[in-house]
Amino acid sequence: MPKVSALDMPDVPKGKLPEHLEVQRTRVVCNADAPIHTEPFHYSGAFALMGVDNSVTLESFCKNLKIEVIELTEDTMEFDMIGIDASLANAFRRILIAEVPTMAIENVLMVNNTSVIPDEVLAHRLGLIPLNADPKLFEYLSEHDTPNERNTIVFKLAVSCKKGSPRLTVKSDQLKWLPGGSELEMESPTPSAKPRTYTSFSRSQDSMPEFANKPLGVKHQDIIIDKLGPGQAIELEAHAVKGIGKVHAKWSPVATAWYRMLPEVILLKEIKGVDAEKLVKKCPVNVFDIEDVGKGEKKAVVANPRACTLCRECIRGVNEPQVELRRAKDHFIFKIESAGAIPPEVLFTDAVKILEEKCDRVICELS
Amino acid sequence: MEHGSLTDLSSSTFSLIDEDHTLANSVRFTLNQDPRVQFSGYSIPHPSDNKVNIRVQTTGDPAKDVLKDALQNLMLMCKHVRITFDDTVNDFRATEKVEHMDINSNR
Repeated sequence: MPKVSALDMPDVPKGKLPEHLEVQRTRVVCNADAPIHTEPFHYSGAFALMGVDNSVTLESFCKNLKIEVIELTEDTMEFDMIGIDASLANAFRRILIAEVPTMAIENVLMVNNTSVIPDEVLAHRLGLIPLNADPKLFEYLSEHDTPNERNTIVFKLAVSCKKGSPRLTVKSDQLKWLPGGSELEMESPTPSAKPRTYTSFSRSQDSMPEFANKPLGVKHQDIIIDKLGPGQAIELEAHAVKGIGKVHAKWSPVATAWYRMLPEVILLKEIKGVDAEKLVKKCPVNVFDIEDVGKGEKKAVVANPRACTLCRECIRGVNEPQVELRRAKDHFIFKIESAGAIPPEVLFTDAVKILEEKCDRVICELS
Repeated sequence: MEHGSLTDLSSSTFSLIDEDHTLANSVRFTLNQDPRVQFSGYSIPHPSDNKVNIRVQTTGDPAKDVLKDALQNLMLMCKHVRITFDDTVNDFRATEKVEHMDINSNR
């Protein structure tokens, strides 16, 4: 008998991977104990011996990439990104959370605080309030810069609860924007010198065209900052600057941004009658449905695989597997929840731009 | 910063300051797609240093050029993602507007 290479056997497909390898390459299989084939095949020549090209060229990437918007509201967005590697999807997610800039309160000048919340805790609470300001209109305030109208937003909070009146709730809408900058005077070394404030605005922010018809303020009016008892008061000034989520989470423009891979539910054999009903009942998110095949006979079908949360209830404690749960490695269901300052679709384009800038920076450094 | 030998340009380690998994992992992906690359990988030597080392070994071409090409590719991929995304969002908005339009409002 002549020697034949295993790859030349008649039942081995030519020019494409055998089914089991294709599953390993493109799917994560979720078994009851643990998922398998989670690692991607990075190397472009991984299947070169079998005549299969595992590379992603720029052309093939551009041809295969597909984006579908599922939901788009004022501050949330869900979309499908198909035909992209996890490394890129993850880069976008990481940038969204940690590297897209926003404005947040960074310095708080306390004049008076007799409330039950200590100064530092109050300052921290103020920092976390989402501001309705477009960070693209501002510059970063670096260490030696003086705060001016291009890099600082000043808010004032002055509330007091009169003696004898009921307890007062201080909400975020009581933060008043000071377009002219700080009103607090610095202590000067010489009493004769002209008094200076904590900011040096050359002109008022509300005279600038970009803020003239869109006053700066807080995104949500009903965030509780503090509660004042009779006789207590707060007087402070809060200075907001531009920053990124890497430095402090208060600058993160998203509540969360996440993705999940598209679930794929496969029935390994036909499931009929009582077994089918059992399977439908097992699933808490109604992935399965029952279909009548005639003559009173019922069959289980996969009706809504996208809803699968991978709870694995359907494959737990079964001796003979009926169902296989998989996830597509190149199909991401991406969800962005904006914290309010920037709409989610703008956030995503900003994130992609930031990755481009990173590449550009390194290219410049190398040449 | 590049760490390599003067005689053999085909393998080098690149030390990037102020970068992390975000860039390094994406670049590793594009590097691996290049047929000239024999090996590529990255590591973050210490979690409290803002530094990442990217190792590139090629079949002969200068590692620096290959890395530059990989970055260029990544940039073009990003650009394509951005354009596709913007187009899809605009299409989605347009269809949504049509669906929400009241066809009886002209009466």
